[in-house]
Amino acid sequence: MQGKVTLTFPKRPSRTHGGAGVPHRKNTAAMESTVMPPPEQVVIPMQQHIGAPCKPTVKAGDLVGVGQVIGDSEQYVSAPIHASVSGKVLKITQVQLPTGNRVDAVVIASDGEMRPYEKLCPPVVNNAKDLVRAARESGLVGLGGAGFPAHVKLNVPPEKRIDTLLINVAECEPYITADHREALENSWAVLSGVYAVKELLQIDRVLIAVEENKPDVIETLTKIAESDTRDPENHVRVLPLKARYPQGAEKVLVQACTGRKVPAGKLPADVGCLVMNVTSVAFLANYMKTGMPLVSKRLTIDGSAIAEPKNVIVPLGTSIHEVIEFCGGYREEPKKLLMGGPMMGLALADDSLPVLKQNNAVLAFAGRDACLPEPTACIRCGRCVESCPMHLMPTLLETWTKRKNAEELIKLGVMTCMECGTCAFRCPAGRPLVQAIRMGKAIVKGAKK
Amino acid sequence: MEKWIVSPSPHLRQGDTTRKLMGDVIIALCPALAGSGFLFGPRALLVVLVTVASCVLSEYLCRRVMKRDNTIGDLSAVVTGILLAFNLPVGINLFMAAFGGVVAIVVVKQMFGGIGMNFVNPALTARIVLMSSFPTAMSTWSEPFYYVKGGADALTTASPLALMAQGEPLPSYTDLFLGVRAGCLGETCAVALLLGGAYLVARRVIKPVIPLCFIGTVAVLTLLLGQNPLEHILTGGLLLGAIFMATDYTTSPLTTKGRVVFGVGCGVITVLIRVFGALPEGVSFSIILMNILVPHIERLTRPKPFGEEGKRREKAGS
Repeated sequence: MQGKVTLTFPKRPSRTHGGAGVPHRKNTAAMESTVMPPPEQVVIPMQQHIGAPCKPTVKAGDLVGVGQVIGDSEQYVSAPIHASVSGKVLKITQVQLPTGNRVDAVVIASDGEMRPYEKLCPPVVNNAKDLVRAARESGLVGLGGAGFPAHVKLNVPPEKRIDTLLINVAECEPYITADHREALENSWAVLSGVYAVKELLQIDRVLIAVEENKPDVIETLTKIAESDTRDPENHVRVLPLKARYPQGAEKVLVQACTGRKVPAGKLPADVGCLVMNVTSVAFLANYMKTGMPLVSKRLTIDGSAIAEPKNVIVPLGTSIHEVIEFCGGYREEPKKLLMGGPMMGLALADDSLPVLKQNNAVLAFAGRDACLPEPTACIRCGRCVESCPMHLMPTLLETWTKRKNAEELIKLGVMTCMECGTCAFRCPAGRPLVQAIRMGKAIVKGAKK
Repeated sequence: MEKWIVSPSPHLRQGDTTRKLMGDVIIALCPALAGSGFLFGPRALLVVLVTVASCVLSEYLCRRVMKRDNTIGDLSAVVTGILLAFNLPVGINLFMAAFGGVVAIVVVKQMFGGIGMNFVNPALTARIVLMSSFPTAMSTWSEPFYYVKGGADALTTASPLALMAQGEPLPSYTDLFLGVRAGCLGETCAVALLLGGAYLVARRVIKPVIPLCFIGTVAVLTLLLGQNPLEHILTGGLLLGAIFMATDYTTSPLTTKGRVVFGVGCGVITVLIRVFGALPEGVSFSIILMNILVPHIERLTRPKPFGEEGKRREKAGS
């Protein structure tokens, strides 16, 4: 006890600006996840993260086991990629990712055995350096959707003192329940991951941030966090947050939990916080126990066009089409297919794409749910300004984007926009504000060159 | 595969539309409409009908002539029509009323690009045009219930603000509150206007910032100037202006801070005109003047983007 700073824990979250009450539609929250049997073949793209793409380290004809490295990069900001099934490498091909980039991809024919790679063993982790190395070898990237390599985030520069670890269980996007199920089904792994990161990085306190619409998660995690003998001083607490989109956005989460504001262009580490997604931290715990790298992912499959919505644990590289077939196929002709949630997800042009590390949902919508209203003129109602969590003025950003005025766009803080879509969600005129802001960012980037 | 719709996020909308918002405004105007029909007789409803028809027809023809999308479906022209009628005396010549609608829609709204682009309130500007074109017709007030008492032009009377300026006694508070006083046909019934305002706030069509700042400023300033604040609030077009005209989306600031400045500014100008000016009423002019200042207010009250406030402090500290 001596020499320790007394930590305070917030009783309730701090106020954050803006946001919107989006419909929850968490239809799959009460359903136990099912494990999908290995598909006949997987296509594993060499870029499933932010940063440098990997180069394939296997060639056609090689036999691989589950968890074997099949792609790696020498760049710092990158994460290795592992085989998700056991079997034979058929070929190295190219695929187009939903973002439009074309990258190499390793195609593996599964032998159906899911035989683990024989050289896998749990990592030895005794200090922060070991943790960073283990995180890199595990292939972990931010599983909340951004896909930022976890080892880069965990490698906090010594001059930045982290006093708070935030575990993100906000899951504020409608429909998605993958993190919700992770927190319930793997609650012990979540807590042991939390303690491991806290102790290895010498973090003082941990806040597990859960939106109020998940009372079962709050109850389960609170029970474990309070009872564990490893944490007699009770440095890990669950903080229920208001269920309001975009509560799970990193900067919003940091402010809600600690009252601190991450400066523009800076990271949570600059205000002493480390934010980790709940599935990421549970995965780290499992990896340290078993040595099995990131080879599968829990996906929420839902939407009005899906026959049997559920959470499925899928080997990475399985085609979305097969995952949907596993969920009973399409109930009716889908009109729109989304990778991710309806607020920030990407619309896909076809369902042959493979499942990637940072995916957490595939949603298919039929008919009316897929169509958006035709935009009408802005009536200056101010709802976009009221609801912007980043204090921006989206309607003005749209105006200045149309006029291609980089200077004014910078003044209005266009680069601070995280494209959460709250403005467009609220807009009564149906303006495509997020799209306009993306173009505005491109104008600013073009002007800087 | 062209079967999928590929569109940018977000893929979900709250479901509000301009038409729904304007529909809510029309619903909020209904109590006052009923009140005016009761106080000033069927002719009040006829005036409303004429201005609404004039506004909608002007909008339709204007968009046709300019070869642009038809926008009468968004109901904004209907709102303008009702508000314009609410700002007219019940005995107004119907051709003048129709002319007001043409000015509001063609000159003020469509010539600047249609909904969302006009820089002053169309209904109020039309009222001012009518006031300067037909000063006598625009200031000939009929007494409430004249239609049961006798002929239309038999019972004309002075408005309470004119009475106040002349130092004459006003109607009782109850009468003022219920709208039993001379005035424009939609502005008199305070209780109906407040009801409409409460509906707009409850439906989240407007935030109460502008009305509260506007009315609050009038109350405080008149009190400081030794006048009766309640009389100032319940007379003239203050409630109608503060609740329905100053809150017009297009011609008020986008930011909350800006809305405070706007509301206070409206209040100050109203009191200055009412107490020191030559005209008995100043609500219309105050709102129009503040409308013109909106771009400047907005520029000065821009919110700082998230995390930029800290940046500045850091610089100042180092």
